[in-house]
Amino acid sequence: MRRIVIAIGSTLTGLVLLFSWPTSLNRSVALAETSTTEGSSSTTAASTDTSTDESATDGSATDESTSDAGATEGSTDSSTTTEATPSTTSTDGTYTGDSISTEFGPVQVQITVTDGVVTSAEAIAYPNTNSKDQRINSYAIPTLNAEAVEAQSASIQMVSGATYTSNGYIASLQSALDQAGL
Amino acid sequence: MSTATLAAAAGSTTAAPAQAQSRAWVEHIMGMPISVHVRGPQARTPEVASAVAAAMDDLREIEARFSTYRHDSEISRIQHGELTLEDASTQVRQVELLCRAALERTGGWFDAWNAVPGMPGVFDPTGLVKTFGVTWAARHLDAFAPTLGYAFGAGGDIQLRAAPDSEPWQVGIEDPRDQTRVLAHVPVSDGAVATSGSASRGAHIMDPHTGAAAEGLLSATVIGPSLLWADVLATAAVARGAGAAEWVGTLHGTSGMLVTTSGAVHRWSNPV
Repeated sequence: MRRIVIAIGSTLTGLVLLFSWPTSLNRSVALAETSTTEGSSSTTAASTDTSTDESATDGSATDESTSDAGATEGSTDSSTTTEATPSTTSTDGTYTGDSISTEFGPVQVQITVTDGVVTSAEAIAYPNTNSKDQRINSYAIPTLNAEAVEAQSASIQMVSGATYTSNGYIASLQSALDQAGL
Repeated sequence: MSTATLAAAAGSTTAAPAQAQSRAWVEHIMGMPISVHVRGPQARTPEVASAVAAAMDDLREIEARFSTYRHDSEISRIQHGELTLEDASTQVRQVELLCRAALERTGGWFDAWNAVPGMPGVFDPTGLVKTFGVTWAARHLDAFAPTLGYAFGAGGDIQLRAAPDSEPWQVGIEDPRDQTRVLAHVPVSDGAVATSGSASRGAHIMDPHTGAAAEGLLSATVIGPSLLWADVLATAAVARGAGAAEWVGTLHGTSGMLVTTSGAVHRWSNPV
């Protein structure tokens, strides 16, 4: 019985996570880790650099390093083990997960258990967005260059910026990078 | 922004032997440079070259359909009341729906119906068309996954896909005060980097609530899984101005950087 409850709880959590991932912006306030840097020292920049390059933060390494993503990915086979175990009493009945507020409205999942088996699971509230961005990833924090260097001397391949129109392109760093790659 | 395609491919005829595993193309479409870099064993094959050409063709088609500088584009005809959304192409209706979702998702700060100064209510999806176009056009390159990585840049917004060598792409983030410098860099294997700002074309992002040019931020860069949404969020951040620093803390699954008008830099990386 206990295993069933755990499995149900995990499935429920997984489903809520799945539905809530791209849009449950409000939820992450507590998780949000922001840092403000004004003229940060070069040591800070350098240490960020090595940690982001080698550790967790781009897509290829997400699986091992991000417990959140692991829980979400594992949800379909109910393998999450970090779920806090609820009380272990009778399992039959209808269970409604916590409502998670998102910018589009609440996300909530309801499951029905008959004879210890989940006979239905449905989202009773979910954000009706076309979210193509379901990839489970977390992204590195940008590393400040200790001194703003020119792109040619840093090992970058593309430049993101707001000033790119065709008029300014010839003089731009992206132009130089493109020429190098032609 | 000129309506014409400014230049033909600079790269398609150049065969630089330096790196057999990578190649780059540049064209000018929609008044902006479109840079495609590819990496992988097929990088220099004719198949990949035709895929890039097909992607560029898609973007030209989208330009013809959405340009507000062309009288005969669907968007111009909609703005002049000569075409209804119901009769518009599937792509135009898709973009309209995405604009509505963007309005909602940003709490009203990305507003395609309040994007033209002095003309509230006029539908102008220009802010979303570029990234919609790249996402659509890049499917020609996605067809080569997972053995071909690419960086598909359009006017400073970049969609990236991992290369088989599993080295992430290194993306520089431009200093909004000096176009010739990068302020920061970020490794991205699979995802998108979008930067919006008040620096280009004057102050081109409007505060939809006041109708005035947005103030407070020189630029906002958002890194996330989707190019379209990264750009929408970056644009909304610039529209919010100084208040964006707190707001970006709620954008989980993204990282990024804000540069304020005073030159202060705010960076974040939120868990998924």
